[in-house]
Amino acid sequence: MESSKKINRAGSMSLTNETIRTRITEKFGDQVTNFEESYGMLSFEAPKELNLKVLQYLYDSEELRFQFLTDLTAVHFPDQAGRELAVVYHLHNLVDNVRIRFKIFTDIKTPEIFTATQLYSSANWMERETFDFFGVNFVGHPNLRRILNVDEMNYFPLLKQYPLEDQTRIDKDDAMFGRKGTL
Amino acid sequence: MSESHHIKLPEGSIEKTTTTLNLGPTHPATHGVFQNILELDGERIVSAEQTVGYIHRAFEKLAERRPLYQITTLTDRLNYCSSPINNMGWHLTCEKLLGVSTPKRVDYLRIIIMELARISDHLICNSVVGVDSGAYTGFLYVMQYRELIYEIYEEICGSRLTTNIGRIGGFERDFTNKAFEKLEKFLREYPAVLKEFETLFNRNRIFMERTIGAGPISAERALNYGFTGPNLRAAGVDYDVRVHSPYSSYGDFEFDIPVGSTGDCYDRFLVRNGEMWESLRIIDSAYKKIQDFKGPEAEVYHADVPEYYLPEKQDVYTKMEALIWHFKIVMGETEIPPGEVYFSVEGANGELGFYLISDGGRTPYRLHFRRPCFVYYQAYSELTKGSMLSDAVIVMSSLNLIAGEMDA
Repeated sequence: MESSKKINRAGSMSLTNETIRTRITEKFGDQVTNFEESYGMLSFEAPKELNLKVLQYLYDSEELRFQFLTDLTAVHFPDQAGRELAVVYHLHNLVDNVRIRFKIFTDIKTPEIFTATQLYSSANWMERETFDFFGVNFVGHPNLRRILNVDEMNYFPLLKQYPLEDQTRIDKDDAMFGRKGTL
Repeated sequence: MSESHHIKLPEGSIEKTTTTLNLGPTHPATHGVFQNILELDGERIVSAEQTVGYIHRAFEKLAERRPLYQITTLTDRLNYCSSPINNMGWHLTCEKLLGVSTPKRVDYLRIIIMELARISDHLICNSVVGVDSGAYTGFLYVMQYRELIYEIYEEICGSRLTTNIGRIGGFERDFTNKAFEKLEKFLREYPAVLKEFETLFNRNRIFMERTIGAGPISAERALNYGFTGPNLRAAGVDYDVRVHSPYSSYGDFEFDIPVGSTGDCYDRFLVRNGEMWESLRIIDSAYKKIQDFKGPEAEVYHADVPEYYLPEKQDVYTKMEALIWHFKIVMGETEIPPGEVYFSVEGANGELGFYLISDGGRTPYRLHFRRPCFVYYQAYSELTKGSMLSDAVIVMSSLNLIAGEMDA
């Protein structure tokens, strides 16, 4: 209880999702869209040319101060034509203790997005991981190589077109493993 | 120089003056499967390049085809020195998505288990820092208390390392009396051991010489590199998920956040030691709170979530509905409500985050683990640049790099 008091000690006025939304809209107008709140976390998206501008603004703004990159990853939505890949940034304002989620959608044919490594050193490996699994090409990244998979791999394994083995498949019958099966 | 060893170099070639050294992937000093390619000038490190991914097991892909319970076992294998924290983090993420609220007693039991895990993790890390600086005694001495912690896990869930402990909504069974007895024994005996462990190291001249100033990092750089947990706190930033976004009723407890200032190996060591004391404090008061529960409240060990919490075995045999739930849960045939959630817990190494997207199917649409280790290991080359080879080893162990967590 003592500790919960400590959280807001630095922020004289706590930063609300409403304020963040207003500030971003003031700055970028209707280019930043799809504001929504899921489980208390504000989420929004921007066109992919703007990703660095928005990140830089969130970093530099004296009110917003989103200077900690918690997480960076991607999600594949094969059914959304032209918006197949979503690159998701989770940012954290450690002073006011507010988190936001920022998404960039891109088509899968030209998955090119500016790198955030100049802003966050931590983005280096996170972007390499995202490239490794989704093929997102981070333009300007100093060393965009595979990181967890083998270098020789020629596909991006977390894309949805590579399904895991179907658990109901019948060619892996028990009989093949020396047990009683139906074959 | 080249005359002395009679090697005729082609015209215009530059002689390499540095030595390349592969530290890892199977080097005893790396304590895990990862590689550091060091460029050495004599014994001084010019540059280091880290390679990870040797034990990548595609957890995120696997999770897309697994019902929630089968993912718990995947989380075990992230930071395997403190798997209960990962398990609890995963259950709490699911609970957040499903909107399940847990009884207070469950929260406190979880806190006990998570803090025990934190102690066992820090214990390993700090004693290994000792080993790498030439002091084996501490490691052997504290090992019996990690063993005691593992015995407590064993009493609760049946396994020791990859625990798969707890269920959505609570625990699979109540803590046994034996578990509480062992916990009491731990609380009684461990403070003296930790005190002695500190006496061995904290003011030890050799240890101090080896660790002070080794692999330092400033608060700004640490934040920019995405440091969290003890390594960030050693650099002087008091960010702790338990305090900033309290989960599992951490808000009911009073504890301090130990911080360092220089972010070097010595500070990291002290911060971890300090955290063990705080964890002890938390466990002690959580145990007291648990003893205060009276009547039916003192028996509660799970929330009422029939969709996800397995019914009593006796009911499965006698009641139709329980039988249906049992099969639906075991076969993973429960639809997860659609939603997008990020949840994080304070893992032993820092902020362990789960980014879970559900599209309403039976398995997650996408699950991403934010592994603290993976994020901060990037800083390794900056931490070791210009230091000695022996520092490279101690920096590695004091960062507490766990290959399982890095590679997911």
